[in-house]
Amino acid sequence: MFDSKGPREGEVRIPSGCAIAAIMDRSGNRHDGSDILKSIALMHDRSNGLGGGFAAYGIYPEYKELYAFHIMYESREARAETEAYLDRFFMSEKQERIPTESVAAIKNPPDIWRYFVAPHPMRLANSGLDEAEYTMQHVFHINGKIDGAFVASSGKNMGAFKGVGYPEDIGEFYRIQDYDAWAWTAHGRFPTNTPGWWGGAHPFTLLNWSVVHNGEISSYDANRRYVEQFGYDCELQTDTEVITYLIDLLARRHGFSQEMAAHIMAAPSWEEIDRMAPERAAFETALRTVYSSALVNGPFSIIVGSDEGLLALNDRLKLRALMAAEKGSMVYMASEQAAIELVCPDAENVRSIEGGVPFVVQLDSVAARRARESAENCPAREKPFRHEVEVHPRRKERSHA
Amino acid sequence: MLDYVLPRYRVMRDADLCTSCGVCVRTCANEVHQLDEETGRLSVRNGACVNCQRCVLTCPEQAIVITRWPQVDSGSANWTQETMQDISKQAQTGAVLLSSMGTPKPYPIYWDHLLLNASQVTNPSIDPLREPMETRVFLGSRPEILKVNERDEKVFAPLPPQLRLDVPLMFSAMSFGSISLNAQKALALAARELGTFFNCGEGGLHQDLEEFADCCIVQVASGRFGVNPHYLGVAGAIEIKIGQGAKPGIGGHLPGEKITAEVSRTRMIPQGTDAISPAPHHDIYSIEDLRQLVFSLKEATGYAKPIAVKVAAVHNVAAIASGMARAGADIIVLDGFRGGTGAAPKRIRDNVGIPIELALAAVDQRLREESIRSTVSLVAGGSIRNSADIVRAIALGADAVSCASAPLIAMGCHQCKDCSSGKCNWGIATQRPDLTRRLKPEAAAERVVNLVRAWTREIEEMMGGMGINAIDSLRGNRLMLRGVGLNEKELEILGVKYAGE
Repeated sequence: MFDSKGPREGEVRIPSGCAIAAIMDRSGNRHDGSDILKSIALMHDRSNGLGGGFAAYGIYPEYKELYAFHIMYESREARAETEAYLDRFFMSEKQERIPTESVAAIKNPPDIWRYFVAPHPMRLANSGLDEAEYTMQHVFHINGKIDGAFVASSGKNMGAFKGVGYPEDIGEFYRIQDYDAWAWTAHGRFPTNTPGWWGGAHPFTLLNWSVVHNGEISSYDANRRYVEQFGYDCELQTDTEVITYLIDLLARRHGFSQEMAAHIMAAPSWEEIDRMAPERAAFETALRTVYSSALVNGPFSIIVGSDEGLLALNDRLKLRALMAAEKGSMVYMASEQAAIELVCPDAENVRSIEGGVPFVVQLDSVAARRARESAENCPAREKPFRHEVEVHPRRKERSHA
Repeated sequence: MLDYVLPRYRVMRDADLCTSCGVCVRTCANEVHQLDEETGRLSVRNGACVNCQRCVLTCPEQAIVITRWPQVDSGSANWTQETMQDISKQAQTGAVLLSSMGTPKPYPIYWDHLLLNASQVTNPSIDPLREPMETRVFLGSRPEILKVNERDEKVFAPLPPQLRLDVPLMFSAMSFGSISLNAQKALALAARELGTFFNCGEGGLHQDLEEFADCCIVQVASGRFGVNPHYLGVAGAIEIKIGQGAKPGIGGHLPGEKITAEVSRTRMIPQGTDAISPAPHHDIYSIEDLRQLVFSLKEATGYAKPIAVKVAAVHNVAAIASGMARAGADIIVLDGFRGGTGAAPKRIRDNVGIPIELALAAVDQRLREESIRSTVSLVAGGSIRNSADIVRAIALGADAVSCASAPLIAMGCHQCKDCSSGKCNWGIATQRPDLTRRLKPEAAAERVVNLVRAWTREIEEMMGGMGINAIDSLRGNRLMLRGVGLNEKELEILGVKYAGE
């Protein structure tokens, strides 16, 4: 296992600089990981070999209704304990070691497994939680309570591949060219200190969310202490972690669209609000007042992945670079324009993402659905639990009849 | 019998500089300076001097200096001069010792043990001269989740009433009676100019101040003075005063001789009668009673105004504050034990309560543990001395601060701690027309506005240094603080790391 004399990520707060990139096909067609690998590799100098990773959406279509847990283990005991825990609270359809390649630059990787699971129906029903909340709490338990185990990702039909190293080496290590995804995000990290373990690498994920982030937010502790009120334990002390929790709180629990969640996190200034028509100003004032502690301050550029697509957001003052471009149904984003042009030389609409303005890229199917849906936010706790009102989806190959 | 009480100060007049113009004689309400009409000689009654420094500053020749009374004490660290003088006074009068303003005792001032952060390399500091720097805050209760229609950009239900503060500071409660109408008016003018609020205390709202009512927080205290539907209806917000930092657990007593015609009309009590505020509210003996008063006031004002509840910082303040939030308070106001007062028993002022820094940190943390911090606003007061104290208070978890001593000092107060005598030479803590006349509301307001503007600029600079451009991101952001000279328990309660960590 990665050995470091210093404190591990989570025990201290480590500022980082970074490179981020993303590629998505709005039509939902899937592409392998070679382009994203090239794109992030170009920005080699923006990382320092202490963290890299990828998130990919649409990679497990055959298990798409099951939670795909990617879990890193530092010891055999950690795996035994985690598997016993999973066995108790989930029903596992399949579990296997994630295939990896020996790469000279990658030293002492942990033992990395994946599990395709569904919540244990009885335990889920008794928990009083919905499926997502149930899964999230057990992920928190594994990450917080089981020494030497870390859930790298826990969404459906998606996964995170990350570790300590340059992103291009990490990509090779995980053989990401072997996966096909409709959306890829990538991260190369420049931490000021040794994170000490693979759990500290990015993308940070939770359920279907994955976040790659470049920046150092100055509102960190205000945001952390806000989300911790609602059961989000910030174990890693990273910006990315707290930003992910803010998005989960606003978009999943409070029911806002991702765009509105991003708008809340980079709210318009009072100066702008004062210039708005009274009705609009009242709306923005209410949002800022209720969610004042969700305002994210200081330099950041983030790309959020989810089952809906990608969302990019820059801080209000645009203190971090982030470029976007399009070509047909493809959308590209990267910290540097060159990283886009390398993989799509004839990209169109190349532009810098504006400070504080959410940049939303949805799957065509999601955009069509969203347009039909109500624009009122329905908080998760006001919705009936899916497992109580719907027949739990059964996969064909599981039926033994 | 011989009076054992020594003068506290010695007034020294430089005979070479003095022109015997008599300004000092006319300016001193304590009659320290005496002019012998026949000889034209000036003499001094040292024992009457309270060190308000009015004569020092008004003497055109700068001929006057005040020093401590030079009498050496007994040499005992235990039986100090002050301890023995207190005993002498009480042996003579049989009375409770009265004093004013905040405690002068050298208790720890935790503000001075908390250092602020600034950005270097990994993120940029923000220049407030180039970028917008937001100091606006809203006070009031909020839902945990806001329900909106995103397409129409409309909120389902309007928010509960909010107070808008353009600066994260309000003026704490000071009643007409404890301070002059001119002093109140200066605060009212300043509050309006600054986009914040003053607080009329428990003495009612004088009719001359009604034009400022929308930037006034009116108090409902245990004596219920001046409370009527009109009073509640005109105000920006209502504050239920349970306690005050300088005198937790006790009421107040304004003697009949101070109940002038004006005070009588404003407080709605007969002229010349004592105004007694009981120690507790006699309709609040428990937390559920508080809920009834909160909702009575909400009913009386059609749920159009936030209701604040002010308590003194005492031992169990975290649990109390949590109960207040659950009882329907929209704004929780905490008053630390170093806070000032117009009059308080000295032993209470100097010995009861806890510091605001610890109380604030404990309350903010408890409200978060109860998951209700974002549904209620938190205001801290009780010795906010400068802009750095405000930044620290907000980083510990306050939405805004309230302060009173600092604006009074801006108006001329010199902290002589003799407010209760009613002879304030600066026209602040007095009702004597010849003295109140000295305080011009407009000029005093300008000084207060200058002070708050200067502080705001400093807050913006400090926030910019931290890489923060909205005060929302400073609130509860304890990583922006580091402790020095604190023990582990203190760090734990304050929720901050030690410098170097």
